[in-house]
Amino acid sequence: MNVLRMLRDKPWLHAAEAATVAQYGGPDPVAAMRVMLRFILAIVGVIFFLFIITFLARSQYPDFQALAGAPWQPFTDPSRLWFNTALLACASLAIQMGLGGTRHGKLNVTVAGISAAVFFTVLFLIAQFDLWLHLQSMGFYMNGNPANSYFYLLTAVHGLHLIGGLLVLSNVVFRVWYDNDAASLTAPLKLCTTYWHFLLGVWLVLFAILTARPETINALAAMCGF
Amino acid sequence: MQNVAIADQIDELHDPQTFITKYIWSQDHKVIAIQYGLTAIFVGLIALALSGLMRLQLGFPDAFDFINPSDYLQFVTMHGMIMVIYLLTALLLGGFGNYLIPLMIGARDMVFPFLNMLSYWFYLVSVIVLLTSFFVPGGPTGAGWTLYPPQAILPGTPGYDWGIILMLVSLAIFIVAFTMGGLNYVTTVLQARTHGMTLMRMPLTIWGIFTATVLGLLAFPALLVSAIMMMLDKTLGTSFFMPALVSLGENLDYSGGSPILFQHLFWFFGHPEVYIVALPAFGMVSDVLATHARKSIFGYRMMVWAIVVIGGLSFFVWAHHMYVSGMDPAFGFFFATTTLIIAVPTAIKVYNWVLTLWKGNIQLTVPMLFAIGFIFTFTHGGLTGLFLGNVTIDLPLSDTYFVVAHFHMVMGVSPIMVLFAAIYHWYPLLTGKMFDERLGKIHFWFTFLGTYAIYLPMHYLGFLGVPRRYFAMGSMDFIPDSAQTLNQSITISALIVGFSQLIFLYNVFVSLRNGKPAGHNPWGATSLEWQTPDVPPRHGNWGPKLPQVYRWAYDYGVPGAKEDFIPQNHPVTDSERTAGEHDA
Repeated sequence: MNVLRMLRDKPWLHAAEAATVAQYGGPDPVAAMRVMLRFILAIVGVIFFLFIITFLARSQYPDFQALAGAPWQPFTDPSRLWFNTALLACASLAIQMGLGGTRHGKLNVTVAGISAAVFFTVLFLIAQFDLWLHLQSMGFYMNGNPANSYFYLLTAVHGLHLIGGLLVLSNVVFRVWYDNDAASLTAPLKLCTTYWHFLLGVWLVLFAILTARPETINALAAMCGF
Repeated sequence: MQNVAIADQIDELHDPQTFITKYIWSQDHKVIAIQYGLTAIFVGLIALALSGLMRLQLGFPDAFDFINPSDYLQFVTMHGMIMVIYLLTALLLGGFGNYLIPLMIGARDMVFPFLNMLSYWFYLVSVIVLLTSFFVPGGPTGAGWTLYPPQAILPGTPGYDWGIILMLVSLAIFIVAFTMGGLNYVTTVLQARTHGMTLMRMPLTIWGIFTATVLGLLAFPALLVSAIMMMLDKTLGTSFFMPALVSLGENLDYSGGSPILFQHLFWFFGHPEVYIVALPAFGMVSDVLATHARKSIFGYRMMVWAIVVIGGLSFFVWAHHMYVSGMDPAFGFFFATTTLIIAVPTAIKVYNWVLTLWKGNIQLTVPMLFAIGFIFTFTHGGLTGLFLGNVTIDLPLSDTYFVVAHFHMVMGVSPIMVLFAAIYHWYPLLTGKMFDERLGKIHFWFTFLGTYAIYLPMHYLGFLGVPRRYFAMGSMDFIPDSAQTLNQSITISALIVGFSQLIFLYNVFVSLRNGKPAGHNPWGATSLEWQTPDVPPRHGNWGPKLPQVYRWAYDYGVPGAKEDFIPQNHPVTDSERTAGEHDA
């Protein structure tokens, strides 16, 4: 719909009544879910956007020590994070494969795809948690430095969103199992897939920010006016 | 998909069968709206009582031993937070949003009724957590409703321990509740409008609620983010907002954090919050004015555009709350400019309300009195906003009673005038009964004149430089003795206005039993909610068939029509169509 054209409608005139009546149909549950998902993604996006803005602002205070750059900083070599990222990417690919299965009526592909997505997502969460333990063993505690604080905070918030996604996905799968109707899986699984891809995208941004070297962070902060 | 209401069919998925499912765990938007409304009014009465206690202290210092400085700060904080978040936001969106959206757009219910039910119960939990803070060691937080760090979480501030934690937890739960409800409101408006209900045929009430909800969905995350970070500063010793400091002679472990960062986050939420409250009020008052002036709203399209523009601009004015924080003058100039720009669409709305009344067949009913009262209070509050929006004028007036008077007029009294207008206007639909008109008018005059008796002198106190949030003024040379006399007068007025709200409560509850039957559409309104087959509307709202919409919501005084209004679900006649082609 062209929003600008819509906003120019003159509803007090009745001549165009027939055309406008035909334009708006009844509600469609799938479309409603899709609209809701868009708003959810916008809200989640705003949350991470605000966290990142505060990260950049806070990075300009003298006590901030980025987690990469100097040899003793934990993410100067981010290979562990690359491994975790690969896990989440696999989850995204798997759920996409599951969605492809529903579209082609291949239930076994769908089941395999969803199972793999859940497996890789849970593995990602465990790996992130293990990374927390690793950081703590190296002395990088949450309250040690604002950069540490942001790392724990942002990974926790991201992980919570993934757990939320897992809950919704399990609800979708359970209902399909309960209804015994694989075809009804397509629409909700598509929405879950979008959500997984979105969270992968968010993670890539977080990864880039959290492992950035001080000069990169300073440049980004300067671009934002901090 | 089970939880999605299919608004084209009679929804059997959540048809209530028992008392519990009908009135407690209800998924019916009307019941949820009433649950929201009653809870919000209950908690609002607590906030009203707190303001009475504050006024007692200010009007008659040293006369009440049971109010000490800590109590006073806690009353201020809880009064502000409850009124802004737990009363106004909840009642306008959770209450009226829930009740009116499906009815006004011709849907059977919200599209996600289960989520809607959860939204209310999360809201109730948030209220319970908030009120629990009155009973924990140290009591509720006394940090002011803005909860600024570092003082909010440091010893010396009342409730710095449990109080602030419960406040932050309660806010987080509220935001979850609002998000669940808000997702429902926007999706329902976009997806469940009945046939013929184009966006530009929606009543302005729905435009206001819809835009405010979008604002809320995008602005509340800022409060959530700041609440999470402050909670971590408090509980885990991080330093997001906490600078290196010495507290009570002791070096704290915090280092390098930025309290100003919190202010930016808070006001990035806080200013849109003003419009989250104001926009639904703008919408509802437009509908009340048009209905009771028997005249189509003046400049409908402009009213819609103004709502949308105000909503967009509200994200670019937040730092005008922070002029005294030491910001760059260029930054202040930018925000002063955007603040003055947002006055333009706001002023357009005020002009259009007045022009709607111009040559209308004005019925001075109780809802209309409150609606007209709103135009006065909002104009006065808005004009003082122009003063405070300018950096150079704001600096001397900041943190004085001028600011208190300004925001109470513009976002306290004004939305509450609309809330009363709305409650009186939709009471016949809600209950099927008419309220007592005489009592309603007495309530109006006490409230309207009383609020002026409270807030006009408060502006003067602000000009004198009387600071806000002070428990007692002590001996300040620049404050004359007459200021204290004025404070006494304000307190007496406030108590009278406070107690006069009992008239409203009496009227609402007694009319439930003794009110005359309202019948269908007692105000002669055009919008869909008044065209339901049953009054009050039953579950599913519309009987077997959804309404078909043929026209906008403001066909009042149409030449040649049988009555002075034509409901939205009445087909367009040939003569109207011919006239329309002519006009086009």
